[in-house]
Amino acid sequence: MQSLIPLMRSISGAVVLVLALSGNSVAEAPLGLGRAVEQTEIDAWDIDVRPDGKGLPAGQGTVAHGEQVYAQYCLSCHGEAGKGGINDQLVGRIPFDAFPFGSDPGKTKTVGNYWPYATTLFDYIRRAMPYSSPGVLSNEEVYSVTAYLLYLNRIVSQDTIIDADTLPTVRMPARDRFVIDDRTRTESFLRQ
Amino acid sequence: MKNSVSRRIVVQRLVGLGGAAAAVPLIGAETKQSSAADHSMPEATARYLGSYPSELGGRSPHVELKRRPLADYASVTPLQDLSGTITPSDLHFERHHARIPDIDDSQHELLIHGMVERPLKFSVADLKRFPSVTRICFIECSGNLFTSATEHTTPQMLCGLTSQSEWTGVPLRTLFTEAGVKPKASWFLAEGGDAALMTRSIPLEKAMDDAFVAYAQNGEPVRPEQGFPCRLLLPGWEGNTNIKWLRRLELSDQPFMTREETSKYTDPLKNGTARQFSVVMDARSVITAPTYPARLERGWHEIQGLAWSGRGRIVRVDVSTNGGRRWHEATLQGPVLPKAHTRFTFPWKWDGRGAELMSRAVDETGYRQPTRKQLIKARGHGSVPYHLNPILAWIVQRDGQVLYRAEQWL
Repeated sequence: MQSLIPLMRSISGAVVLVLALSGNSVAEAPLGLGRAVEQTEIDAWDIDVRPDGKGLPAGQGTVAHGEQVYAQYCLSCHGEAGKGGINDQLVGRIPFDAFPFGSDPGKTKTVGNYWPYATTLFDYIRRAMPYSSPGVLSNEEVYSVTAYLLYLNRIVSQDTIIDADTLPTVRMPARDRFVIDDRTRTESFLRQ
Repeated sequence: MKNSVSRRIVVQRLVGLGGAAAAVPLIGAETKQSSAADHSMPEATARYLGSYPSELGGRSPHVELKRRPLADYASVTPLQDLSGTITPSDLHFERHHARIPDIDDSQHELLIHGMVERPLKFSVADLKRFPSVTRICFIECSGNLFTSATEHTTPQMLCGLTSQSEWTGVPLRTLFTEAGVKPKASWFLAEGGDAALMTRSIPLEKAMDDAFVAYAQNGEPVRPEQGFPCRLLLPGWEGNTNIKWLRRLELSDQPFMTREETSKYTDPLKNGTARQFSVVMDARSVITAPTYPARLERGWHEIQGLAWSGRGRIVRVDVSTNGGRRWHEATLQGPVLPKAHTRFTFPWKWDGRGAELMSRAVDETGYRQPTRKQLIKARGHGSVPYHLNPILAWIVQRDGQVLYRAEQWL
């Protein structure tokens, strides 16, 4: 029985060799798998928004309308005027727009003092809020509640219209605070 | 004679520990011991048949293995109760951003679009027709340290947001080649099919390196809480980038700056900046035994634990039993795989004196696991809660009680 094992190995080796020589066992991309999609199918899913505004839909929002939307959908978790709720505090600035978070763990990060891009607000609210029923807000409602939160953070004025043109131009206080991961350089003392 | 002396010691110990109540089972134990010692054939005793084969196996009723919820969005792996390096799939840690969707795999599709020649949608069956890869790697949440832990904390509650599986799927570069990536593309967005449509931007470089779309975990379809029917797998990268319930990949020439890579999962530093896209998990280790709530007896024990690095292989783990004054090289149980949990062991004879057990890992890039002090010095006191991988310590009291050495982070 033992002597059969090497024999079986050599047979299976020969089979592998033959398959390899037949030339059709190497898959070369593209394999022609998957199906082509229409632009309408892409549009139905493609809801992301970039900092340059790419992806923002038609429509517009106002601070006043945003206050109503906020009261209906957001206030129960995020509190009156974006503070004091059971979930993330959304409103708050730090004098001189300082950025003390690295040295002071007691400071609360908010849209006004930490978020670098206003477009992220629209993208995130539209995709994920309100938490228990994301997707219920219309684009106008998302624009409006975005406008309201920017207003509460004293980043835009009360009469600002927020739309695909204006939102990417809103400059956030923490815009220049972010650096791409530099640990391999700044924490190189941990390397032998 | 010898037997009766050792029995007396047992009696004294049990009485000391539990008083009168402990003496009751002792009588039974003593009887068994003496009948085994007289070497005579036992009286005829019937043995009973156990259970039948079954469609689905389960654990022994004598074993309790459980994840523990941290909140309604996370649960942690019982690191102290596991052996080897594979986490049983039903004990893999969970972190969800909008709970677990119920997805019918026969209806699920993955869309690839944006800066590609051919936008395509793949069914799960399509994905399984591509040449597959299988690889063992860990997934760890970047927030994997309970900074407010007390001395009564288990490894599970301290840092159980890490688990390891054998994952099977399709290399992302294969799928991207199928769609034809345009030359100017440099990033892609990965989007999940959960209620929050969770998104992260990933550099294209990672896709061309070792990223894959996994549809199987430890030999079976990916579990619902791990992203059924398919998830992104980015070996060595922080958990949240491994998008679960993956349904869309969009190629772009810039990152999308989603909420999860701006307001969350960024690391504020003491110099007034915040580190962004700090996605690689640095090397760390954790002792899993002996740890709280163990109570040691004198004599030999095996100190063991897990070490891992998102940058490659673990090359060395040192263990100290006296609070870091002296270090001993631990044994690494093979195979030692890159970006994978590696089990280390170190035999240790406890002499009954107070001890402090620590481990520190070194990976193949030469990175040495830091102390809490080093981390805070480099980043600042406020740089919590992400990417904390300090050397951890376990105190062994003279009565044998093991406690976590709680540290002040905030």
